[in-house]
Amino acid sequence: MKLTTTLLTSTALTVAAGVAAHAQDMANDMTLVSWGGAYQASQQKAYAEPYMENNPEVSIVWDESSNEAVAKLRAMNEAGNITWDLVDVVASDAMRLCDEGLAMEIDHDEALAAAPDGTKASDDFGDLIVSDCFIPQIVYSTTFGYRTDMVPEGAEAPNDICDVWDTETYPGKRSLEKRPINNMEWALLCDGVAKDKVYDVLATDEGQQRALDKLDEIKDDVIWWSAGADTPQLLADGEVFMGSTYNGRLFSAIVEQDQPIAMMWDAQVFDLDGWIVPAGLPKDRLARVMDFLNFATDTQRLADQAKYISYGPARESSAPLVGKHADLGIDMAPHMPTDPNNAKNTFLYNYEFWADYRDDIDAKFQAWLAQ
Amino acid sequence: MSNVTDATTGAGEPVPGDNDTQAAKAENGPVMAADGRPLKQTLRRTLRREKMRALLLIAPLLVFVVVTFIVPILSMLFRSVENDIVQNTMPEAVQALQAWDEQGTEPPGDEVFVPLYFDLFKASEAKQHTQAGNRLNYEQPGLSSMFRSTGRDFDDMGEAFQDVFEEIDPAFGKAEFWYEMLSGEGGKALLEDRRALYAAMTGETMSGDVGFAPSADMAQMLPWTTKAYTDFAIWTAIKENDTVAEENPWEAVYAALGQDLRSPETVVAIAGYSGPGAVALKAAAENRDQLPQDSFREMFVASDKDWESVQAWRTISLFSPPVTAGYFLNSVDLTKTVNGIEARPETQQIYLTLFQRTMVMSLIITGSCILLGYPVAWLLANLPLRTANVLMILVLLPFWTSLLVRTSAWKVLLQQQGVINEILVWLGFVDDANRLILMNNATGTVIAMTHILLPFMILPLYSVMKTIPPTYLRAAKSLGATNWTAFWRVYFPQSVPGIGAGSILVFILSIGYYITPEIVGGTDGVFISNRIAYHISSSLNWGLAAALGSILLIVVLALYWCYDRIVGIDNVKLGG
Repeated sequence: MKLTTTLLTSTALTVAAGVAAHAQDMANDMTLVSWGGAYQASQQKAYAEPYMENNPEVSIVWDESSNEAVAKLRAMNEAGNITWDLVDVVASDAMRLCDEGLAMEIDHDEALAAAPDGTKASDDFGDLIVSDCFIPQIVYSTTFGYRTDMVPEGAEAPNDICDVWDTETYPGKRSLEKRPINNMEWALLCDGVAKDKVYDVLATDEGQQRALDKLDEIKDDVIWWSAGADTPQLLADGEVFMGSTYNGRLFSAIVEQDQPIAMMWDAQVFDLDGWIVPAGLPKDRLARVMDFLNFATDTQRLADQAKYISYGPARESSAPLVGKHADLGIDMAPHMPTDPNNAKNTFLYNYEFWADYRDDIDAKFQAWLAQ
Repeated sequence: MSNVTDATTGAGEPVPGDNDTQAAKAENGPVMAADGRPLKQTLRRTLRREKMRALLLIAPLLVFVVVTFIVPILSMLFRSVENDIVQNTMPEAVQALQAWDEQGTEPPGDEVFVPLYFDLFKASEAKQHTQAGNRLNYEQPGLSSMFRSTGRDFDDMGEAFQDVFEEIDPAFGKAEFWYEMLSGEGGKALLEDRRALYAAMTGETMSGDVGFAPSADMAQMLPWTTKAYTDFAIWTAIKENDTVAEENPWEAVYAALGQDLRSPETVVAIAGYSGPGAVALKAAAENRDQLPQDSFREMFVASDKDWESVQAWRTISLFSPPVTAGYFLNSVDLTKTVNGIEARPETQQIYLTLFQRTMVMSLIITGSCILLGYPVAWLLANLPLRTANVLMILVLLPFWTSLLVRTSAWKVLLQQQGVINEILVWLGFVDDANRLILMNNATGTVIAMTHILLPFMILPLYSVMKTIPPTYLRAAKSLGATNWTAFWRVYFPQSVPGIGAGSILVFILSIGYYITPEIVGGTDGVFISNRIAYHISSSLNWGLAAALGSILLIVVLALYWCYDRIVGIDNVKLGG
């Protein structure tokens, strides 16, 4: 009897000590930063909820600050108080954060799970690891949607990026993002520049002027947007005939809200979105984040996210696992920007170019807008 | 004076029978207080104590205002001229660059590229080199990637030397070999110099025991090597918490030894050297022609050809001093070149337009607020209390609603398929094909901002009008004035202080607005604040944002001063 008690007690103590040690190693609170809306909801359902089910002691707080993450992280760093644990940013922001030393460099093979067939994480993500600090999650694209009921009679539905400039065949306003990125490239493509020469041309003053001159042709027909939700709204209100935005936003307007809108995938521009870990986290918080990160970026979890939103998973091994929409039950694959039917003509965003020329071209673009 | 005397003596404890003495003294000599000290002194002390007590009472507020208001404004002003990042990141290169001729057509040679390599290698270990690149990129596009891409090649440049050294003598590959060779006496000053440079670069104190002291003799014989190794030692010991003697040195240390061996004096000195590592050093000196022979400039240019560009070097040289007017020049569409200050190319001029537009549109908004607010305030002040209260709630209700909600509501109303256009088309006032463009332009900004800022005009007007007795108007009329004369000559002048207060509030608030213009302003309805917000949150060019903000602050203060001169600030009333 006595022996049993002792044994039981010591076992209990060992277990308790184990739990305590575990709890000491990892913090239980985590602040994740994302974009809000449908995208954050997809992360919540695909990553956060299953993780909290496995680790009931963890509580996760979301902060919808991704679009100003770089500025806020810089301010936090200057104040010496990093309150975020994991931040969702687009690839170009990840590069800037890495450059500034605000994001932590990650050994992708060590920190992230291998694919089920044993492929190393760095090979599974492949070229999408555009920065040492960046852990890709999804591939999204910026592309055009148009009102199907506003296509003039007798005209074909627009299927060419240059239809944006063709205001004779397709009258009506267009909505474009109020920044040079993507617009300048599309303008040059429609001004007859070959796809692989676009950035060479755009690096010169003449090329930049050429793109602005091309945009000038439709300047009076453009409503400029600055939030991703603007274009779907403008399309739904019939304010514009066609407009650019992120493909997931158009997906939800078309499929979930049943608006008379269709996608025009031509010359869609691929971009990446993913996680970064802020530099300088305390050990216990870092341990928790890395644990979560390993879980949230494994093959299954990335594939799961595609059940809720039409963004392509960043792992090659996740693609075959993409299934049906969680609520509507429709097949998600044809709505992915990476689907072969949609990706007939795509354009690759050049991070390095925009990191260099962003300020300069933006100044010219804004000056042009203000004229 | 006599009053004060009375008060003081009254407050003190007058000794009975002492009055005569006091009176006598008051006639010839200083007046004394009850305790025998001069009255003036006692009074001053009492007043000082009162003042201190008053100061203590307002101290929390004072500290709060200083900490949350004055300090941020000062730090913003400072940021708009601060430029020490270039000098802190590459101190020795910047120093060497001073001898370079900016007007010339040749990029600098190895006298700059050698210190540049060691400065930037060190900075890249601390992840600082890209920040300097980003700073310079604001002035010339392309410099950011030049620093970043070359930063990736620094290790390779050093390894090219390392491989040859290790082939010449395997001892070069051992951590303790370097430690023993370079440790010694007399190098304390060098260590502290390098530590100070690190502290400036990282913004941290870098204090603590390094566990290594460079030898003065070695610093004499192998200057680059000793410096590079000392940098490595400080970083290893303090930032990475490793033992210096056990860690293999950076690739840069090998490159430094290679650079040292390029000097004939060093080769001669090594021949006569017999301290630790002499054998390996002599072997290296003898076989120095096996080492990479490219100059550092050639290595940099091989990594990124822009290092050869004179224009890039001019930019680096122009923006290397710790204080710059560059941000302020940028914010008034000027730029600094080697030939002095020049206007920016016309395609890039934007800020003066925006400043001007911000001022003009804020004035229009203030004017329309006066036009709309004045009758409402008059109604509020003159209706029976019950009706006025209902009206007041209507004025305040939008005031309590979120700014974003109100602006978005305007979007619904103003857009081309929006409520206003639909009604106008339905009524037949407007042709369906030519609907009014009421938003995404300056009109939209004026409409939405007038509505949003209207309460700030109505409330001060109301509180001033409330105090104007209605009898004045009646008196004027009874003396024969027409309605208009009575209003214009009697009522209006008394309400001017309210207009003044409302106008200042509305004008200053509208100058700083950016959310509403961003949402409904399109391209020609955005303000300077939108660019400030862009530079704070998107381009991260905080220096330029600070300069723009400072200019805005100065303009507002100047306008305030003008207002005071013309109208008089005493004529502003926020209430009764």
